[in-house]
Amino acid sequence: MPPILEVKNLVKLYPRVKAVDGVSLSIREGICFGLLGPNGAGKTTTVEMMEGVIAPTAGEILYRGAPTSASFKLEVGIQFQSTVLQDFLTTREVLELFGSFYPKSLPLEELVEMCSLGEFLNRDNRKLSGGQKQRLFLALALVNDPKLLFLDEPTTGLDPQARQNFWRLIQSIKAKGKTIVLTTHYMEEAQVLCDEIAIMDHGRILELGAPAELLRKHFKGARLELPLTAFTPGSDFPWRFTRHPGRLDIETEVVNDTIQYLIQHNVSLSEMQVKNPTLEDLFLELTGRELRG
Amino acid sequence: MKIFFALFKARNREYLRDRGTLAWNFAFPLLVIFGFALGFSGAGRQIYKVGVVQSTGAAGEMAFLKTEYVQFIPVTDIKQALEKVRHHQFDMVLDLNGPKRYWVNETNPKGYVLERILWGSEGGVRYGKEVLTGREIRYIDWLLPGLLGMNMMFSCLFGVGYVIVRYRKGGILRRFKVTPIHAGQFITAQVASRWVLVLATTSILFVGTDLILDFVVYGSLLNLAFVFALGTLCMISLGLLIASRTQNEELAGGLLNLGTIPMMFLSEVWFSLEGSNPWLAKLAQILPLTHIVHAAREVMVEGAGLWDVMPDMVVLGAMTLVFTAMGAWLFRWE
Repeated sequence: MPPILEVKNLVKLYPRVKAVDGVSLSIREGICFGLLGPNGAGKTTTVEMMEGVIAPTAGEILYRGAPTSASFKLEVGIQFQSTVLQDFLTTREVLELFGSFYPKSLPLEELVEMCSLGEFLNRDNRKLSGGQKQRLFLALALVNDPKLLFLDEPTTGLDPQARQNFWRLIQSIKAKGKTIVLTTHYMEEAQVLCDEIAIMDHGRILELGAPAELLRKHFKGARLELPLTAFTPGSDFPWRFTRHPGRLDIETEVVNDTIQYLIQHNVSLSEMQVKNPTLEDLFLELTGRELRG
Repeated sequence: MKIFFALFKARNREYLRDRGTLAWNFAFPLLVIFGFALGFSGAGRQIYKVGVVQSTGAAGEMAFLKTEYVQFIPVTDIKQALEKVRHHQFDMVLDLNGPKRYWVNETNPKGYVLERILWGSEGGVRYGKEVLTGREIRYIDWLLPGLLGMNMMFSCLFGVGYVIVRYRKGGILRRFKVTPIHAGQFITAQVASRWVLVLATTSILFVGTDLILDFVVYGSLLNLAFVFALGTLCMISLGLLIASRTQNEELAGGLLNLGTIPMMFLSEVWFSLEGSNPWLAKLAQILPLTHIVHAAREVMVEGAGLWDVMPDMVVLGAMTLVFTAMGAWLFRWE
């Protein structure tokens, strides 16, 4: 069975900038695929080429094994990072408007239930809160009951409650068998939602795979976190360590041996934390720690 | 058609629910119309106007022509002069060629006074009297077609041009682009919505102000509606052209002002360009508002039929086609 979406050697050139530089990936049906990368990595450009919003300079985009055609628009749903809707229209009217664009659309009641829109169905869309707006935008992306859903940083700017609520929504949509392509800045979000991820930088894919596999590939063992005041490792310290403001991180594959070493050196372990590496660690490892624009 | 009607309905709702803009669309022209009606009413002209048809020397020593506070204006086209008597623009026309005669409008009291002065100053010599009828054409009657045309112009250009640019800048067009709708469906719905709304607004304004100011409409209201309908379409298509690729509201505002300001002053909305520099009059001919105002004025004030204003209609039709074709060709969602 061919992947639902496949891109081969995708390139996007702008005057003086190579935004995307030979990206290839394939997305299996029914999974949530995350595209991660720092600002300016080329992830939004890549996704917009997949969506058909912008044309690639070179490369191929295949939907179910064939180049995308006019019917592609009928089978995908897109939630942009930021969208403005027509003024003075209520949630219901916006949904009806977008529903009319498709030959077949989901019943309004189903969308309302799926995205929890009931409490603001008759409210002017300009008067919705951030979380309510994102739910409405998600409902608009779902209005044609798409097979493939693109979500571009859907939880940016939401408070933790709204973000977690949104994650539950996405999980319930995924449970219906839809394929989701998600771009996000939040590593926790990718870890919670994505079955596979691609980490991009400078227009290229740096890593591609399941989050757990990638973590296993790049990190062995665990990370011990100690306050900087508790311990100053010498040059003969046998494990890799990194100093952070007020904190010392030790990476070790043999947690017991490391703890034994610290006890022998009279290091207080009362504030020590043992952590498994996260996607954020992997992200920073691959893309560096310098500030991006 | 489902998509067209959905977009049409959405745009209408947006317009009708925007109370501020809606109120301004009525308030602005009403303020101007009533302001001018008030400003130019009252005592009116302090002098009498008499059109005099005469070949050189025909007047001789006629005492009447020396009357103070009467302006004697030589005329060559008697037909045109008589129209002016009908519209109270002349209070009398005096023909001194051949058997002397004069025309007055029986509904114009100034004609009656002038007639008495003529009899008195010519020692009881009676001239042939011809009586005309016709309502006075006040300045506001002359001005109204221009004001309605100007209001249509603003409503069309800003209501379509500015709104599409706002949609583009806000990402609404981008959101539409990823749905199955075509640019043509979107554009047609915008045009249809604005066309219906502007014609409805103009009709309400016309009827509302007519009830109070009782305008002169010599021509057919259907012909007037046709002129405004085509004129509205032409202005909307110009708005589309301006908005076809413009990315931000600031540039759109500048371009729209570049279009509207010359039309406001050169399209004979406020004053006639008769006697002005010929190149100015020629420049005015390339402005669509000139043709809308001229045709509407001809119908309302002169009682012209559609055939009489056909040159204006042809120009407006051609402009509409060119603007629409260019606007559709240049249109970009983003």
